[in-house]
Amino acid sequence: MGKLDGKVAFITGAARGQGRSHAIRLAEEGANIIAVDICAQIATVPYPMSTPDDLEQTVKEVESLDRRIVAVEADVRDGAALQAAFDAGVAELGPVDIVLANAGIAPMSMSPQAAEWQDVLDVNLTGVYNTVQAAVPSMIERGAGGAIVLTSSTAGINGIGGNSPGGLGYTASKHGVVGLMRSYANILAPHNIRVNTVHPTGVNTPMVVNDAMQEFLTSDPSLSNAMANALPVPMIEALDISNAILWLVSDDARYVTGVTLPVDAGFTNKK
Amino acid sequence: MGRVEGKVAFITGAARGQGRSHAIRLAEEGADIIAVDLCEQIDTVPFPMSTPADLEQTVKEVEALDRRIVAIQADVRDFGALKSAVETGVAELGRLDIVCANAGIAGGNKPGWETEEQAWQNTIDVNLTGVWHTCKAAIPHLIEAGNGGSLILTSSAAGLKGMQNIVDYVSAKHGVVGLMRTLALELAPHMIRVNSVHPTVVDTPMIQNDWTAQLFRPDLTNPTIEDAHEAFRGLNALPILWVDARDISNAVLFLASDEARYITGVTLPVDAGFGAK
Repeated sequence: MGKLDGKVAFITGAARGQGRSHAIRLAEEGANIIAVDICAQIATVPYPMSTPDDLEQTVKEVESLDRRIVAVEADVRDGAALQAAFDAGVAELGPVDIVLANAGIAPMSMSPQAAEWQDVLDVNLTGVYNTVQAAVPSMIERGAGGAIVLTSSTAGINGIGGNSPGGLGYTASKHGVVGLMRSYANILAPHNIRVNTVHPTGVNTPMVVNDAMQEFLTSDPSLSNAMANALPVPMIEALDISNAILWLVSDDARYVTGVTLPVDAGFTNKK
Repeated sequence: MGRVEGKVAFITGAARGQGRSHAIRLAEEGADIIAVDLCEQIDTVPFPMSTPADLEQTVKEVEALDRRIVAIQADVRDFGALKSAVETGVAELGRLDIVCANAGIAGGNKPGWETEEQAWQNTIDVNLTGVWHTCKAAIPHLIEAGNGGSLILTSSAAGLKGMQNIVDYVSAKHGVVGLMRTLALELAPHMIRVNSVHPTVVDTPMIQNDWTAQLFRPDLTNPTIEDAHEAFRGLNALPILWVDARDISNAVLFLASDEARYITGVTLPVDAGFGAK
């Protein structure tokens, strides 16, 4: 008996990294998955983004757990495409109980470009808004409650990320997600739909562990200090974020809403 | 395999209410328990406190789960007694991994400047100094064992926001956050995590009494707890009256388990949206 037997989860950025980990962890606990990812490059992002093969790998891993998955390539910046992906998933798997707005980019590099600002806000903030908007009307209409987790960052609580269009935009977008979460938590509470954020420190995923990000972080001591955790661990694993999200979306947290939950090895408290 | 299998948890205020619920929930997931409670009245507390029979009931319920429990009557205001209780428990159960500093009292029903000095002192002594004593008694065992560990300090939704007419309670519960944040820094190198939980109104004996009814319904003479229901609902964003002790236990269990192995220095509300509203 899993903690999420019979539930359906809508997850963005599910091709790899944290999103894939969430899909697998929730599937282990019995959920079926609607997985969305762009599977394409955005020009200002200085590291390789996900591919169709990555998304296919997520499909294989969820199916190997005997759970069903509907995987759709869609861009969270495109509200209509996201709605179509959501609707296609619901048509196949049934109504959605859980929404994980996880897709995000980190366009920080040694060669900053002005367009980074808009791109990171479009993906990390407007994309989260689009994700919730795609799911919420049907969740309200169904009247069975639900749980939404928005992936913010330690940069959603602290002024870190550096002085570049992408770094400032990353921090601004991740702070913005907190405002979205708090408003949605109040708006959706009467419908028993809970909304929370998670705030990871550096996670061992392709968004952090790549040459461009490592070069960026080591370029300025204030940035590498920004990755220094209180617990003696340089990075944490995607599974650690998945476990926090699993707790938040399960009935174990049935009265937890409007909460910013750091999974940050003590980073924020130390800052 | 339980989520805290083979671990030992030290829990204060374990005779009833949230503390008993934590003992049972952690035991369900495989932990043995060191249970401490005062089991006596404090004279400024305007509702009945726990009894030896309450603590005995916790023992029975943990033992019914086939887990071991060492139960000791001790006052969290008395560091020596608490230190000795932990030593006895660790000697018998073999180790220590989890600490739930849960014991707390409430009282008063006046604006801050009219609160009686003794009521203030008692609440600070139990709800803040008692939490510090609990940590101080337990931490040397955790450091010496070198296995890491998890301390969960019970604050309150009123540990993050002001609330009228219980200034002693609100001040102590805010103080617990400072204690948590400092210990989290000091203990991180030892992989010992420290977090606080912040419940909204919980359905326990600390709430189910005439004093609480009066606190939430100052407009009525001799109100019943039912008279306070709408006020309780008004605190929460989710459309519920209160949460169950088990809801707090589920948060405590998560923080105590390896699922939260990299969560430290965090204030975790279990408050039905009280803080966000």
